Amino acid sequence: MTRFIELLRRELRLALRQGSDSMMVVGFFVLAVILFPFGIGPEPGILARVAPGLVWVNALLAAMLSLDRLYQGDYEDGSLELLILTPAPLEVLVAAKVTAHWLTTGLPLMAASPLLAVFLNLDATDLGVLLLTLAVGTPTLSLIGSVGAALVLGARRGGVLISLLVLPLFIPILIFAVGAVDAASHGFPWTGQLAILGAILLGAVPLGLYASAAALKHAAE
Amino acid sequence: MFGLQNPTKFLKFAKLVGPWLGGSTILLIGSGLWFGLFNSPADYQQGETVRIMYVHVPSAWMGMFAYSVMAIASAIALVWKHPVADHLARGSAPLGAAFTLICLVSGALWGKPMWGTWWVWDARLTSMLILFFLYLGYMALAGAFDDPERGAKASAILAVVGWINVPIIKFSVDWWNTLHQPASVTKAAMPSIDPAMLLPLLLMGVGFTTFYATLLLWRVRAEILATRIRNIRLAQIHAEGA
Repeated sequence: MTRFIELLRRELRLALRQGSDSMMVVGFFVLAVILFPFGIGPEPGILARVAPGLVWVNALLAAMLSLDRLYQGDYEDGSLELLILTPAPLEVLVAAKVTAHWLTTGLPLMAASPLLAVFLNLDATDLGVLLLTLAVGTPTLSLIGSVGAALVLGARRGGVLISLLVLPLFIPILIFAVGAVDAASHGFPWTGQLAILGAILLGAVPLGLYASAAALKHAAE
Repeated sequence: MFGLQNPTKFLKFAKLVGPWLGGSTILLIGSGLWFGLFNSPADYQQGETVRIMYVHVPSAWMGMFAYSVMAIASAIALVWKHPVADHLARGSAPLGAAFTLICLVSGALWGKPMWGTWWVWDARLTSMLILFFLYLGYMALAGAFDDPERGAKASAILAVVGWINVPIIKFSVDWWNTLHQPASVTKAAMPSIDPAMLLPLLLMGVGFTTFYATLLLWRVRAEILATRIRNIRLAQIHAEGA
């Protein structure tokens, strides 16, 4: 546990010192969503109808874009090998990395969503559900994304490859998250979808940690 | 497993079994095509287009079967480090991707006259499309490393993670589709299948399986030989350097 906190502090300190990275992800997220009113027209009704899907698809893309910095820097300068050599299990390192990734991408994306809800004419109760789905769903994105990021270490054109590996695995999260917000906006119960998102998150914790650790081990060999 | 994890024994086995598998493939698919095209009734609703089924359905089966073979072989390769299991997984991927693509294309060709459109976001179609992308990701990752060993390990992990996710994706897509557009396919689904149609379908199903097995044996043989050539070359280079 102390190891986890140490690693997490290291990651967060690194992220803060290179603060522009996290802001760039949020910038991409907001800008990409703002493009859609130009693409599909400014009618408030249509925008409100597609808003949950837009926010979520762009959150997926933004979270994916930030994945390559998860392990790549440590892999290139050799510190990954030193981190693997420490006595703590590799899963602890992965857990710290994933937590830091979520704190520097998932959380800022959530913080930016209310602004987008205003732009897209989403009403307040739907925004509440949207934020809940983001809170439960984005950690899963970080966990699954960590597996992809660890697998492509040392590959040619790893950045493009990640999208091909990770996006199909993101589809269930997208479906249930948007389903919850859609159900809420039509006045149906939406806690079931949220519960499934939570279940996927709980399943992704062991799978993501274990698979990422295995991939890192092979990458450092 | 019968000593087949030894590449030399596997090569012997492949030499012995390969011709039998190939021969039965020709017989099964040949007879299946004959029954399917000439000696089975046309559907009372769908007419002659129903014959697309004899290619479409077996290729869908094989698309899913090949993914399971790939994932199980990957898990075996990760746990026991059998070299042949690695080759099996890598050889299975392009075959499965090809079957999935055949399934999607034949489905589109069938869908145009039946539903009036090339593509509907039906749960089954969508799952097959996602499966196709899972194959593409696997093959891209397996080929993305300069060291083939490393590619094999990374893609094996991906195959296992993907396999765990396949049921979740399937479930979510089913749920999504029933929410958005109910009953778009049930009108085209056959109530129950006529024995005269079932015979060619089963023949084609078994024929596709032996076809897949034949090609898989060939691919694994080629991969084993390619690895050997690579090792000989490396040894030569080392000998020259010394």
